[in-house]
Amino acid sequence: MLQGFLPSLIEGAVTTLSVAVCSLLIAVMLGLLGALMKLSRSRLLWGLATTYTTVIRGVPDLVLMLLIFYGGQLAVNELAPKLGFKDVIDINPFIAGVTTIGFIFGAYLTETFRGAMMAVPPGQREAGIAYGMTPAQVFLRIVFPQMVRFAIPGFTNNWLVLVKSTALVSVIGLSDMMNRAGLAAGTTREPFTFYLTAAALYLIITTVSVLLLRFLEKRYSLGVKVIAL
Amino acid sequence: MLNFDVIVSSLPLYFNGTLVTLKLLLVALAVGLLFAIPLAVLRASTNPWASRPVWLFTYIFRGTPLLVQLFLIYYGLAQFVWVRESVVWPMLSSAWFCAMLAFAINTCAYTTEIIAGAITSTNHGEVEAARAMGMSPVTLYRRILLPSALRRSLPAYSNEVIMMLHGTSIASIVTLLDITGAAREVNSRFYLPFEAFITAAAFYLALTFVLVSLFHLAEKRWLVHLAPRT
Repeated sequence: MLQGFLPSLIEGAVTTLSVAVCSLLIAVMLGLLGALMKLSRSRLLWGLATTYTTVIRGVPDLVLMLLIFYGGQLAVNELAPKLGFKDVIDINPFIAGVTTIGFIFGAYLTETFRGAMMAVPPGQREAGIAYGMTPAQVFLRIVFPQMVRFAIPGFTNNWLVLVKSTALVSVIGLSDMMNRAGLAAGTTREPFTFYLTAAALYLIITTVSVLLLRFLEKRYSLGVKVIAL
Repeated sequence: MLNFDVIVSSLPLYFNGTLVTLKLLLVALAVGLLFAIPLAVLRASTNPWASRPVWLFTYIFRGTPLLVQLFLIYYGLAQFVWVRESVVWPMLSSAWFCAMLAFAINTCAYTTEIIAGAITSTNHGEVEAARAMGMSPVTLYRRILLPSALRRSLPAYSNEVIMMLHGTSIASIVTLLDITGAAREVNSRFYLPFEAFITAAAFYLALTFVLVSLFHLAEKRWLVHLAPRT
């Protein structure tokens, strides 16, 4: 099937998924940190987080990716000899892709998480403090488990956009699904067939994610009264 | 530090790129919106024969990356002899036209869902009142549903416009010299990635702010009836 290129495309899909999952982990960390900074009382932290989300959300992913990939390479080339490395160090496109996408979607998740944190009733946090919990305990035991439910709809959107953004890592030379489809298209001269297959694989990934996250949302909304309209 | 001489000397390239970006964006948005309104009406219909096909269209185009859609049109269609021999081939072999087409279809899918959502969330009292006044379905759409739904779509549509502005950056992958294309050109000519891409980022940031403020004005003009009372 597909003139023997299907295994290669599937391998590409695995790369695409691992880029997506690894960048999601970075993005979630940055998102939680950003949301806490935006909600903190310190003007400095608030300003830093606001600059981060405004700048990142105002610039295309592709530009940021090229900036980090080429700029990072240049910085490594200039820094490495000073630090005593003699060999040429090439920036790994996987790492460049994952850090860039993680960094970009950290900004989007900051907004999602900030909204979700604000949706948790303040009395919950105050009760935690009244029990003598440390701020970390209040966050981990009280706020976080309750904010998940509010965060999932926005999170689902962010994840879908993230998965589709990973198609851009093919531009910086990672052999993801797009790259594999391009190779197969070049060899067989059937670009439509292979890009259509890639599109179908993306559609499968997005569909499965929507179904899984819908299940998760139900799970985290257990015991919440549904308003009957 | 940044090499500002290079940045200043390449500014004309970036300004030309801005024109290409804006042209792509505006044509794609106009075409997309033109088709999105009738499609949204079908999508909001209770008749499954009308709404399901539109749902499938938006589902496919919202579920796959814009880059794949662009490659399918620009590289993919050339696979078929009948496309290459057809009258539209001169257009389909131009990167500009393919990028515009891909962006228009993509934004059309998103806009359709935005407007359809606004139509279905219209207050049912308004529709009942219109029916009680004896409005025909066409008049109901023309006078009540569409004016109100299009206004309520503004906030979501402004997000879509910003997403599309950023989406146009992939036109540089099919060799167009938009803002990102200009930056890639500068980077390959001087090998100064920071100067090249930070300048491009500043251009996009400026365009984003302009678009956001335009939409703020539009909301003040057309959404003021829904603004929180002070």
